Parts: sequence; C-alpha cells; structure tokens
Amino acid sequence: MKRYIINRLLLLIPTILGVTFIIFTIMSLTPGDPGRIILGQGAEQADVDQFNRDLGLDRPFLVRYVTYVANAVRGDFGLSYRTGRPVYESIRNRFPFTVTLAFLGVLGSMIIGIPLGILSAVKQYSFWDILGSVSAMFLAAVPGFWLGLMLILFFSLRLGWLPSSGVGTYQHYIMPAITLAIPGAARILRLTRTTMLETIRTDYVRTARAKGAKERTVVWKHALRNALLPIVTSIGVSFAAALGGTVITEAVFALPGLGTLVITSIRMKDTPQVMAAVLLLSFLFMIIILLIDLTYGFIDPRIKSMYR
Amino acid sequence: MREKLLEIRDLKVIYKTDEETVEAVNNIDLDLYKGESLGIVGETGAGKTTTALSIIRLLPYRVAKILSGEIIFNEQNLLELSEKDMRKIRGNNISMIFQDPMSSLNPVLTVEDQIAEVLRLHMDYGKEMIKKRVKEVLQLVGIPHDRMFEYPHQFSGGMKQRVGIAIALACDPDLLIADEPTTALDVTIQAQVLNMIDELQSRLKTSMILITHDLGVVAQTCDNVAIMYAGEIVESGTAKDIFEGERHHPYTEGLFGSIPNLDIDEKRLNPIQGVMPEPSMLPSGCRFHPRCPHCMDICIAESPQSKSFDGHHIKCHLFL
Repeated sequence: MKRYIINRLLLLIPTILGVTFIIFTIMSLTPGDPGRIILGQGAEQADVDQFNRDLGLDRPFLVRYVTYVANAVRGDFGLSYRTGRPVYESIRNRFPFTVTLAFLGVLGSMIIGIPLGILSAVKQYSFWDILGSVSAMFLAAVPGFWLGLMLILFFSLRLGWLPSSGVGTYQHYIMPAITLAIPGAARILRLTRTTMLETIRTDYVRTARAKGAKERTVVWKHALRNALLPIVTSIGVSFAAALGGTVITEAVFALPGLGTLVITSIRMKDTPQVMAAVLLLSFLFMIIILLIDLTYGFIDPRIKSMYR
Repeated sequence: MREKLLEIRDLKVIYKTDEETVEAVNNIDLDLYKGESLGIVGETGAGKTTTALSIIRLLPYRVAKILSGEIIFNEQNLLELSEKDMRKIRGNNISMIFQDPMSSLNPVLTVEDQIAEVLRLHMDYGKEMIKKRVKEVLQLVGIPHDRMFEYPHQFSGGMKQRVGIAIALACDPDLLIADEPTTALDVTIQAQVLNMIDELQSRLKTSMILITHDLGVVAQTCDNVAIMYAGEIVESGTAKDIFEGERHHPYTEGLFGSIPNLDIDEKRLNPIQGVMPEPSMLPSGCRFHPRCPHCMDICIAESPQSKSFDGHHIKCHLFL
C-alpha cells in the first residue's frame, strides 16, 4: 500500500512536466504577443518590442521553456506580465473561493443525488422513481448560467434574501453552490440509481435477505457499499472538474475565482499566470484521482489486495 | 412417530412480465418430516428453485406471484405471516444454501462479519459469544478459524460454499434448504461438500430439502424424493420407492434411462426425447405427453390425478 502511494506520487513528476510543456507550447505558439495586448493598439511598435524584450520573449522557445522549468523547480513561478506582481499572489487570493465553491457544489450534489438515487432504485417504477428520473433529466439539461440567473432573479431581486454577487459572508456562497450542485446532483442520482438497481439484484443481497436482515440493512450495508465505486469516481471527477470549471458560475455571481483568473490571463497572453494556475489545478486533479483510487481500496478489499 | 415439519399444499406460483406469464410451479404438494431429508429432482426450469424461494418468501419482488396454496411450517402458514415475522424465521428457523458460492457472499465484508450478522440478527448473544460461535461453525465446516478475517475473494469456490453452509447452520435451523449446493463446484469438490452436508444434516438432526438435478446425489443423501417436471411433482416417495420401486412415472424412467450403464458397452447416451416445454406455453393434459413413450389419447385431453401406492405418489394416467 505504502509503495503503491509512493509510486503514484513519483508518477506525478513526469505528468506535471508534460502538462507544463503542453501549456507552454500552446501559449507560445498561439498568435498575439503580450506587449501589444497589454500596452494596447495605440502603442508605438518600438515600445511593444522593448516590453517583449524585457520579458525575455525574444529568446528561442526551448530556452524560455527550460528557463521556466528550472525556475519553477526552485519555487519561482515568475511575475505576471500584466501586473508585474508574483503570480502566486493572485492565486493565493482567489484559490480559497474556488475550493470552497467546488467543495460546496460537490457536497450539495452528493447530498441530493445519492439518497434520491437509492430511493429511486429501491422503489423502482414507483411515483418517487419517476419523479426522480424526470427531474434529474430536467435538471441535467438546465444550463448553469440560466439556473444562476433564475436564482438571482428570484432570491435576490424578488425576495431579497440572498446577495446576488461578490463574496464576504456564507450567504454569498449559497446560490453559486446550488448552481454548481444541481447538474451534478442529477448525474449522481442517475448513476446511483443504475448501480443500486444492479447490486440489489445480486446473489449476495439475496443471501442477506435470507439471513433475515431488514430491508434497510440490506440496502445500506450490503448493496450500497458495492454500488459505491462508480459513484465515488464520479464525485471525485466532478470535484476535480469543478476546481477548474466554475468559470460560468463565477462569472454569473461575480466571484473572484481561479477560473476567471485563468480565462483573463489567457486572453492577456499572461503566460506565467496561466502556467501557475494550470499547474496548481492539474496537481490537485491528480491528487484527487489518487485519493479516489485509495478510496476504492477501502471500499473493496479485492482492489486493496492489488495495491502492492 | 414421524412429526411433520413442513407441509406444502396446492402451491401455485407464476412469473408475470409484460410479455408473458410463466407458470413456474403448478399446484404442488410436499411433506417434510422432522429430521428427514427430501430431494427435489428435476431439469433446469422445472420449478425447483421457485419452490424453495417460495418457502422462505424471497421470490423476485413484483414479478413472481403466489396464486394459491399453503406452506405450513411448524403449524403456521408462512404465506400469511407479516414480513416482520417472516424475517424472524429466515436464517433462524429456515435457512438456505445457494447455488453459486462465487456470487452468494458479499465481496466487501469479511467472512466473520457475514457469519456474525445472522447470529446478531437472531441470537441474544454478546460480542464474545458471537465470536465463539463463528469459530465453532467455521470448524464445523472445516475452515480454520484464523481465516475468519479474510474476504470471500481469498477463498476457493469449495471453501466459499463451506462459508455459505456455515452461515446457513449458524443459528441451528430446523429446516435447511440447499439449492443445488454443488452444481457450481468441480467434481472432486462436489463430493467433499456433499458428504459434509450429509454428515452435518444427520449429526445436527436438521431437516433438509436438497434441490438437485443429479439422481446420484439424491440416492446418496435423501430419505425422500420428489421428481419435478414442468412445475409439477410427477412422482414422490421414499428413496426406496424411487430407486427400487416397480412402478414409475415415465419421466422418472426416462431420467434413469439417461444415466449411462457402465456394464454395457453403450455407444450413445439415451436422453429423453424432446425438450422441456416453454413454461409460458405448457401443453394440454399431462405436461409430459409430448415426450412420453406411453402417450395415450387421455393424456392429451386430461391432466392426470396423483395416485398413491402406500405413500408412493405417481401422477400418470397409466396408473389410474
């Protein structure tokens, strides 16, 4: 088990290197240069060239890449082209919002999706099952920005209960978290229903019933744990995706998150800022995937015995 | 004096889906006496497992329906019990060994956990007592108790079935239903497991219903035999009636005829002609008439009554 974890952590190194290379290449080979974008269309060409030279952009691509990696290994991720401040500053400011939002969103979708999915499976074809399936399909089809706007319209403008934008209190997180949770909840509901339907028909669940176990024990102890693997995968991937993909939600609720930062920086050709943000996100992504795999081992002893 | 433990009267079970209605068990009668064992023999699809699942009331929910009949166990009709009372009987008074040990144990729970569960449900034991009893039943089925913390995937097929048997015997049931307990095992292990079931059954004086399609297994283990065909019991009696009696249902004769004789140089097997009818389209009259070598006009028109010769029941027009 220990060796497995160490191996997986070591594998992070080549993966991260690969990520840096791909992002760096894309940022360098796409048209547009930071000097022109930051100084504006009206600036003199000489000033633009000088600006780019100051950033070291006149050097060959590979030299710049190797320099970047060498600095990054020592913990120096560079200065933002746009603000001239170290890139980690804006990341440090924005990261907590994004993590909180992603966490709340995924938590919300779990709290809604898993119990309703179990209910739908256990009472297959009942009123609850049909209601669950229909609302899941509806909610999965609702675009995030529309849902966010409707929430603002209703809870902020009509009722005045919740703030429509910005950060500060926990109330600011309620609507963004719901916006993020709803489509995820729909997906988890459907997934839970499917896998539960499969497991409650297995022989070992029948064995549990033949022991005289209560239906509740049968569902929660015997069926759910076996149905959990795909659900855990889905939750982990949703969380990882939510870290980088909350841009729309952030935009609707004017939240200063990482997603917005990445989008703005890409537009500004602010390579160090993009690199740092993407590196952090991909690192987290891989850690989460590792945690999912370790969770498998706890859920299913057959998988644990393979982690050698 | 033989004391009746289980009495099935006029049991009829159907499986109803949108497309078709399958008549799985058709008005069967069965008796089982305390301490005795009953073998139910028949081809796949004859309704053996359906009969067994009816007794512990674990037929597939919604699809299966018990249309009529009584299942009297220890003087109470199981079909009239509430689900709550039924749960007290399952695993405690009546327990079941399932066909496929590979899939009948929960892969994420230890063997100890799975045996202890049934004890916790039915016995008023403390923690220590439960642990002691788990070790006891494991020893009973020949598994070293230091393996109790292992998971099912660490056991071989035969060992898994032993765990299944340990679960079934943990609460000292009055009735043990073994549904083809050795079909999924390889031949060498089959004999071991079967001998063990046989030995434990007579030692613990548990009554047993053994479901199988193997006449040899029945001959070795059972006091009484019922032969099932297309959801009906076509012949029943003591093992002696079935294996040594003079009169037989033509289907039983066919079953015996299909066992190859080692003393004669036989080039081919002698199976019963034809196949078992689709249970959703059962033939008229006697269910066996399309395959029967003695088929008469009356067999096509009328379903025969069961006739008893001193407790040896045969359901065939030949003997009416």
